[in-house]
Amino acid sequence: MLSVLVLFAAITVSQAQDKYFTKTGKITFYSSTPMEDIEAQNKTTTSVIDTKTGKMEFAVLMKAFQFEKALMEEHFNENYVESSKFPKANFSGTITNLGDINFKKDGTYKAMVKGNLTIHGVTKPIEVPGTITVKDGAIQAVSTFNIAPEDYNIEIPSLVREKIAKQIKVTVDMAYEPFRS
Amino acid sequence: MLLLCFMSYAGAASAQDEEEDLLSLLEEEPTTEYATASFKTTRVINGHSIENVAGGVLDLKISHRFGMLNSGAYNLFGLDQASIRIGFDYGITDRLMVGVGRSSHDKVYDGFVKLKLLRQSSGERWMPVTVSLLSGAYLKTINWQEPERDNYFSSRMSYPNQLLIGRKFSEGTSIQLMPTVVHRNMTALKSEAHDVLLAGIAARQKLTKRISINVEYYYALPDQLREEFQNSLAVGFDIETGGHVFQLHFTNSTSMIEPGFMTETVGDWGRGDVHFGFNVSRVFTIRTPKD
Repeated sequence: MLSVLVLFAAITVSQAQDKYFTKTGKITFYSSTPMEDIEAQNKTTTSVIDTKTGKMEFAVLMKAFQFEKALMEEHFNENYVESSKFPKANFSGTITNLGDINFKKDGTYKAMVKGNLTIHGVTKPIEVPGTITVKDGAIQAVSTFNIAPEDYNIEIPSLVREKIAKQIKVTVDMAYEPFRS
Repeated sequence: MLLLCFMSYAGAASAQDEEEDLLSLLEEEPTTEYATASFKTTRVINGHSIENVAGGVLDLKISHRFGMLNSGAYNLFGLDQASIRIGFDYGITDRLMVGVGRSSHDKVYDGFVKLKLLRQSSGERWMPVTVSLLSGAYLKTINWQEPERDNYFSSRMSYPNQLLIGRKFSEGTSIQLMPTVVHRNMTALKSEAHDVLLAGIAARQKLTKRISINVEYYYALPDQLREEFQNSLAVGFDIETGGHVFQLHFTNSTSMIEPGFMTETVGDWGRGDVHFGFNVSRVFTIRTPKD
C-alpha cells in the first residue's frame, strides 16, 4: 500500500513539473506613426505552458491595458477593442519545434509558436517566433510580433487614421513558474 | 491494486481534460470591474455628470450659448449674440477634480470641487451606482443694479451643492439623478428662497460609438423662485473626435453655471426661447500616472 502511495506521489510530482504558469505576464503593444506614439502595457496576463505537449494558452484582460494618457485608454476600450463586449483576448497554440527545447536544462532556445489569436471576437491563425529561457526551474518566454487591427475588425475612423499604425508591435514577456495543483 | 488502477485512470482522465483547456487549471482571481465612460465628459450639458477627468489631466472647456432662436432672422436666430465661458478642469486624482471658469453672462467667476464617493462596479465588489459630490462657489462681478444702496461683497456669492447619483445601465445608456441645493446669499426679492432645492435628472444614449444624445432637466421645487423663472431643460449631442469632444445642444438657459441655469433660467421652450450652444473640450495630459 505504501508503495502505491509513493508511486502516486511520484506521478503527481512528474505531472506538476510539466506545466508552468503565470498570472502576471506582461504584454505591451506599441503603435508608432509620425503623428503620435501610443504604448500600452498589461501586467496581468495569465498563461499556462505544458512542456510535455508544447501547448500554450494565454488570456488577456483588455481593460487591464494601461496607457500613458487616460483618454487613450478610454478610446481603446470604448471605441476600438470594445472591452465590454469582448473583455478578453485569447491565444491558444503549440510550440512547433518542441524537440529543440530542453525544459530540463538551463539555456536559451529559439521557439516557433503556432496557434489561434482571438481579439475583438475575431480569431486568426498566427505563427510567431520567440525565445524560451530555462533557468533554475523557471521558464521565461519572450516574443515580439506585429498584428494589424484591421485583421480583427477593429475600425479606425479616417480622422485618426494618421495617428494609429497599420501594424501594431506586440511584445509578450512571460515569467512562468512551476504549476502545482 | 484496485486503488492503483483507479488512480491511474483518474490521472489519465484529468490529463485529457487539461489538454483541452490549460487555463482552466488556474483559478480565476476574483476581479472588480468599474464602470467607465458613463458620460463622454464631465458635463452632461450645462450641469455636471458623474464623470471626472482622470488624475493628472487638464481639460480646457470653451462653451458658447448663442441668443434665442426666436430672436429672428435679423439676429440670425441668435447667432449674433453669444455668451461664453472659458474653464479649466484638473484631475488631482482619478476621484478628485477641481475646476475654475469665467462666464461672460453676469461676469461670473466660478470654482468647484468634485469628489467621486462611490464607483459603480461589478464582480468581487458590487456597487450599483456611482456617486459624486459637487460643491462650488460662484462670484458674480457684474456691476450692482442699485449702486447707491449698501452693497456687500458677500451678496455676490452663491454656492451650489449637488449629489450626482448615476448608473451606466448598458454600454450605451446611462442615467443620473442630481439632488441639488443652491445657496444664494442675496435674492432679488425677500420672498425668494436663499436655499433653492432642485431635483435633476439626466440621461445619455449612445447613437454610435462616437456620438451620443443627452438630455438634462432640473426641476426647482415649487414656491422658491419667482414666477418668471423656468426649469432648465437641455437636449444635445456629444460628438467625439479623438482628443476633442464637441457638445452641441439646445437649452432654454442662458447661463452655463449651476446657480445661473438652475435658478435664473427665463427662457420658455414653448415660446421658442431656446439657445443653441456648444461646449468644446480638449484634454491635456499634464502628469502621467506613475506605474
